[in-house]
Amino acid sequence: MALLTTEDRAPRKVVISRMAVGLIVAAVFLIPYVTMFIGSLKTQSEILSIPPSYMPRDGFQFSNYASMWDTPETPVPYNLISTIVISVCATLLVLLVATPAAYFTARFRFPGKMVFMFLVIVTQMLQPAVLTAGLFKQMLAWNLHDTWVAMILINAAFNLAFAVWIMHSFFAGVPKSIDEAAQIDGAGKLRVLFTINLPLVWPGIVTAVIFTFVTCWNEFAASLVILSTAENQPLSVALTKFVGQYATAWQYVFGVSIVAIVPVIILFALIEKRLIGGLSAGAVK
Amino acid sequence: MSTAVRDAAAPKYRVRKHDQSWWASLPWIGPALALILAIVVFPAGYMIYNSTRKISQVGTDLESVGLKNFATVFADPALPRILINTFFWVIIVVLLTVVISLALAQFLNKPFPGRTLVRMAVIVPWAASVVMTTTLFYYAMDPNYGLFNKFLVDLGVLEEGFGWTKNAVPAIAVSIVVAVFVSIPFTTYTILAGLQAVPDETLEAAKMDGAGRWRTYFSVILPQLRSALAVSVLINIINVFNNLPILRVMTGSIPGNDADTLMTYIFKVLQFDRRLDLSSALSVVNFAIVLVIVAIYVKTVKPMQEV
Repeated sequence: MALLTTEDRAPRKVVISRMAVGLIVAAVFLIPYVTMFIGSLKTQSEILSIPPSYMPRDGFQFSNYASMWDTPETPVPYNLISTIVISVCATLLVLLVATPAAYFTARFRFPGKMVFMFLVIVTQMLQPAVLTAGLFKQMLAWNLHDTWVAMILINAAFNLAFAVWIMHSFFAGVPKSIDEAAQIDGAGKLRVLFTINLPLVWPGIVTAVIFTFVTCWNEFAASLVILSTAENQPLSVALTKFVGQYATAWQYVFGVSIVAIVPVIILFALIEKRLIGGLSAGAVK
Repeated sequence: MSTAVRDAAAPKYRVRKHDQSWWASLPWIGPALALILAIVVFPAGYMIYNSTRKISQVGTDLESVGLKNFATVFADPALPRILINTFFWVIIVVLLTVVISLALAQFLNKPFPGRTLVRMAVIVPWAASVVMTTTLFYYAMDPNYGLFNKFLVDLGVLEEGFGWTKNAVPAIAVSIVVAVFVSIPFTTYTILAGLQAVPDETLEAAKMDGAGRWRTYFSVILPQLRSALAVSVLINIINVFNNLPILRVMTGSIPGNDADTLMTYIFKVLQFDRRLDLSSALSVVNFAIVLVIVAIYVKTVKPMQEV
């Protein structure tokens, strides 16, 4: 059967057993999220009923996806906007700042290059969570406490290293002779970067952008401490508001989670093939 | 590379060590440098400074107390338990993650119909925020209305729903499961990327020499994965060590500090005790531990020759 032929021409029995294992693996990784989705379609009384039921008994409550935008616990529309604004701006900032740095360090030798690369590595090892105490006081002192700007800067700064790291490897893979030929023709550095290098390294840039975006989208620790107004908080922090001491609105927790997860899965799906290539060029040299 | 070749090439570089001056490099690396200095280096320094101050609960800086905050922190009777928890938390999670990911990557590297879909399924916990995944597990592990508990009862594994998140030890165990679950995607993909770099000829040669499956894996494939493993282990150590949401959600309702790691403890001191000075001192300790781990690791494993 043509369907069961594989590149390594494994016997049909082997291929079928691989598919069976694949099915189990997929199930293990998807079951929590399927549970989440089904839970988002139950009524509050049903989701807290004892004993619980696997499927909704009172029918699927698609209305949860309409009512979750207007709840007393947290202003979800604002939280979604916060998440989008912070992630998009931080990603753009990373792109703007990391691309020239990655290009320049991959191409040229200059005084202080080792110091710069060392700083990048140290930053790579840190996360906002490690420095929250410092960041909290700093943002208070700079009057940026509880603002999007603070979170954009924090997200951008802590994701900068990984982006520089990945893009640096990609730029280093472009032969230097191509640049030199263009420079002989009189093109400036900026033009060489934009017209010659960027088209060649865009897979690396896409990888860096997606990584940055996903990390910003899901950031939790710094947002928890820096953003105190409910309207400013991203979805990751807002979600925890539904978890009450006595009763939790699980259907909303799950509905909001699904809304937050789906766009990221779509992004990952778009670059699934490139993800491995990006990692092998960037991280696994 | 033989020494002869290296020697022949070296002088050319020694003559022109730098091909750009520092001021020519400034517009290119300046913005990145400014961002790192302002948002990473400055708060790190500020945190160290704060750890030597006495700060009121509303955030007013009162006076210098030298190293007194550190003395307070180290005299804290809860600290030994917290450090032991942190140590086991990191070791167990990273070890399980790497072993499972090695097997999973090996499997996902074999061709079969539908492989892309399985790979996509494995990515999902990476796409979902850790808070969301953890919250789901917290719900599903509830002794009364949790679905995973019900599933275990229906399977006959449990007599009745068990309160996984009500006591320190089972709550940490469940947290470890969640941490491994969310760490597997990145680790598996990094190892998969490493597997792509193993040349087919090497595998063919091993087969010709009559090496068995396990033999081939341990003496041919695994050594080739060295750098992929090095990178993913390092990133996992950092992530797990600094992880806040999993333990915060899973063990947050347990009174006392039996289930705390350094990270959750820092946040408790900051949020509930409102002691910025003490939490800064703890953060400095935490920061120092991270730097030491990273330094030892980079020194011995050399995961980043490239950068």
